[in-house]
Amino acid sequence: MTKIVELINVFALLSLLAVGGGTAVLPQMKHDTTVTHEWVTADQFTEIYSLGQLAPGPNMTCVMLIGYEVSGVAGLIAVLVAFFFPACLLCYFVSQIWDAAEGSPWRDAVQRGMAPVVIGLMLAGCYALGKTASYNPTKDWEFNVLTLGIGGVVVAVLALTRINPALTILGGGVAGYFLLG
Amino acid sequence: MSEPAAPRVSLAKLFGVFALIGVTSFGGGIVAYLRHALVEKEKWLDEDGFMGALEIAQTLPGLNSTNMSVIVGRKLRGPLGALVAVLGMILPGAVIVTALGFAYVAFRNDPKVAVVLTGVAAAAVGLLLQVTLKIGWKQLIRPKDLIFVVLVFVMVGIFHISLLVTLVTVAPVAVWLNRPELKKEGT
Repeated sequence: MTKIVELINVFALLSLLAVGGGTAVLPQMKHDTTVTHEWVTADQFTEIYSLGQLAPGPNMTCVMLIGYEVSGVAGLIAVLVAFFFPACLLCYFVSQIWDAAEGSPWRDAVQRGMAPVVIGLMLAGCYALGKTASYNPTKDWEFNVLTLGIGGVVVAVLALTRINPALTILGGGVAGYFLLG
Repeated sequence: MSEPAAPRVSLAKLFGVFALIGVTSFGGGIVAYLRHALVEKEKWLDEDGFMGALEIAQTLPGLNSTNMSVIVGRKLRGPLGALVAVLGMILPGAVIVTALGFAYVAFRNDPKVAVVLTGVAAAAVGLLLQVTLKIGWKQLIRPKDLIFVVLVFVMVGIFHISLLVTLVTVAPVAVWLNRPELKKEGT
């Protein structure tokens, strides 16, 4: 039971801190779940995130699998509710106020001021994930060149074509099967 | 005050439309799917209404996709509409990710599964980086913004300073430097 309460505390706070979307909380989530609480290993965290990429819909629904690792189905449901409900509730009420503040110059100031903060958080999210997914110090350099290369190819393909992003994720899996095995 | 009267939409229809977005959207590009469904297909929002909702969804904490569901659901059918739209958005993916999770628990020691997931994760980093660069290139080329991008990255990414502390200290300064009086002076 205390595990469930801990899960709810961690994910409810992450929910309210997810300024700019799920990527922004990845570094803190990884730290909370792999270092502070040791619920999953860094490799498992990365694998769970990868599963989220393979499923449709908001890719952060994969966080419920961390709850499942910790306390089974109860943990799964607890994390799903804790991670989505607080931010949704906040959005419900603040969006009403926001609508009422239409035309206020401070609305623009908040948006312009927060934009670089959000980008910094998203880059930190890439970095937190990349530290295990793209560069893994326990593997040899050839392995790491390949994982970094897969990421680089995805960036290039998405920048140059209008391909469905899901296909690049599947392509990464296929490349992993043939190149990293 | 002159918000156009929203069409009356049944809760079942609302759930169906958001569930369809939830089950067909892949790879983090949900905004594009939302626009297609809400503006072009169902015509529940016009282009300005969509952009307005997206601005709020992006500024507030929470996922853009679920925040959009809350805002659009609320506009169409009030609190129940918001709840139904969010559930429609989340549940299909949640069911599928749970199934994948069970499969992962069963097969995680298979080295072939491990390398496939390593490849997926490596590609996911690329996808994430590309999305970040696409959204953030304007901030990355403005020196005044770039300082905050780097500061936040270093605080959270390198030094693991808690997100709460980072937001409470950096965000007010960032907003203050963009305060309305400054914009009037043309800076």
